[in-house]
Amino acid sequence: MAVRSYNSRREVEQYNFHPTVTLLVPLAAILLQSYLPRLFWGFTYLDLPVIVVVFFSVARRNPIIGTITGALIGLLQDALTAQSIGINGIAKSVVGYLAASIGVRVDVENTLTRVLMSFGFTLLNSLLYFFVQERILGMAVHWPFVHDLLRSLVTAVVAVPLFAILDLTKRRE
Amino acid sequence: MESLLTRYKNALTLIAVLLVQIILLATQVRTETGAVEGRSMPLVRWWAVSLISPFEKLFTHSGHGISVQWEKYFWLRHLRQQNEELQAEVNRLRLEQASLAEDARQGQRLQALLSFQETYIYKTVPAQVIGTSASDQSRVLYLDKGYQDGLKPDMPVITPNGVVGKLHEVFRHTSQVLLINDQTSGAGVILEQTRLRGILRGNSIGRTQIVNVLPDSRIKTGEHVLTSGGDQVWPRGLMVGEVESVAADPDHLNYIAIAIKPAVDLARLDEVLVITDSQSQLSPGAQQDIAASQATAAEMRRASDVVAERLPGLKDQNGTAGTSPSQDPNTQTPPPAIAPPPVRPSTPVHTDRYSYGTTPSASDLTPGGKQAQSSTAPPDPSPNPDSTTEKH
Repeated sequence: MAVRSYNSRREVEQYNFHPTVTLLVPLAAILLQSYLPRLFWGFTYLDLPVIVVVFFSVARRNPIIGTITGALIGLLQDALTAQSIGINGIAKSVVGYLAASIGVRVDVENTLTRVLMSFGFTLLNSLLYFFVQERILGMAVHWPFVHDLLRSLVTAVVAVPLFAILDLTKRRE
Repeated sequence: MESLLTRYKNALTLIAVLLVQIILLATQVRTETGAVEGRSMPLVRWWAVSLISPFEKLFTHSGHGISVQWEKYFWLRHLRQQNEELQAEVNRLRLEQASLAEDARQGQRLQALLSFQETYIYKTVPAQVIGTSASDQSRVLYLDKGYQDGLKPDMPVITPNGVVGKLHEVFRHTSQVLLINDQTSGAGVILEQTRLRGILRGNSIGRTQIVNVLPDSRIKTGEHVLTSGGDQVWPRGLMVGEVESVAADPDHLNYIAIAIKPAVDLARLDEVLVITDSQSQLSPGAQQDIAASQATAAEMRRASDVVAERLPGLKDQNGTAGTSPSQDPNTQTPPPAIAPPPVRPSTPVHTDRYSYGTTPSASDLTPGGKQAQSSTAPPDPSPNPDSTTEKH
């Protein structure tokens, strides 16, 4: 049996959420991501589902739960597109897994860390999405790198206040 | 073995989840390509749309209701002026329509000779846009109408400005529109001037382009792009957009890619029309509209004829209209001014000394002399002093 000290980061900072929050926050993120671009085209440069995946994965610090959270949110997002279901699911599963793994090792309460994480994971999500499209589905697509770079920047900026709001829903285990 | 599973349970979970989704993807790819007729739909998609679309409808309709109340009952500035302007525009368009209808009839006669079957938009269903795809990579819209309203997959979606896309998935009260700028979309198009045909596709950042076109120096920016009708989805001749730029296709050597600026702002759509029926004849409403336009045009023609009758100076009585300079566009001579013909009274039944042509010229008259008796009837209305006067 692995011996774990009481003062390890995992023991001290692992959080959980009320089931309502666990259910409603991802749904609200997808609903807003679907609805807001109609009102203002600039919202296409924002990836709210990625922010939610990263937040829940980092807060729970459990790679299995992070993987499943990412998969479910990604699949729901895929279901609203005209493309095959599973592209976002695969990308966000990996993002959830990595975010939870990183959350164990670094201080994720720091604002700069949060910005860097959001930026990196949004870009990684886009790269994985492109990879699945091109390599697994064999689609002739180009990775819009500049567009995705801008998108990652916007998402990282928006993630900071959003993380602060979502922090209010955390419950210490 | 157990310790190995425990040790790597996180990574193994990730691999298992990825594997399940890859299998899911593979299943869909096979299903979607083989089940065009059956129109099977992934259950997950049906669940997701059923879950999200009611909220989207609620947001859209509540927001729309408030804005409608405001615009209909409170914000009525310039309404009268706008109404007058619109009425004037309707009148102008009626006249244009009448002249175009004549051209269209001629075109139909020629097409009939070639056994070409033209289709017209017969019936449309207006629908409200309630949401998008929630993904930057997939360009789709959700409408508040579904198969309960008569919508079916592959029906074309347009606005009065041009083409929007086609229905992809149709649910009970909702439907999904695949926009023309989606990377999986494809539409048969034709360039209006050069008559080059191609396939319009979207790319990963939502730009529309015609690909696999051989270089042609005649293609200019600003040229209109219309639907060709060859894809059996969109009726022929609908506006798609205009040529924005022409560049070498990076994927295909010796080909060019023509970037198209869509006629419709695809990012800001509120209401669209779904073409639910297209037939070889115009709808009764459209026929009535054309008839009304032609009646208006005929009435205006009659009015202009009456005015022309009352202004005889504008008529060419020698019948030289056929030799007008418009026949020869190369001639630079200005059109001759139409001289008004001399006004002459008609021949009198009983002539007297006041009748036209009976008065001798002033040179034949002598002061104090008696005027000769005029002939009974001056046969020629043109003055001829020799035949109508006697010298004394």
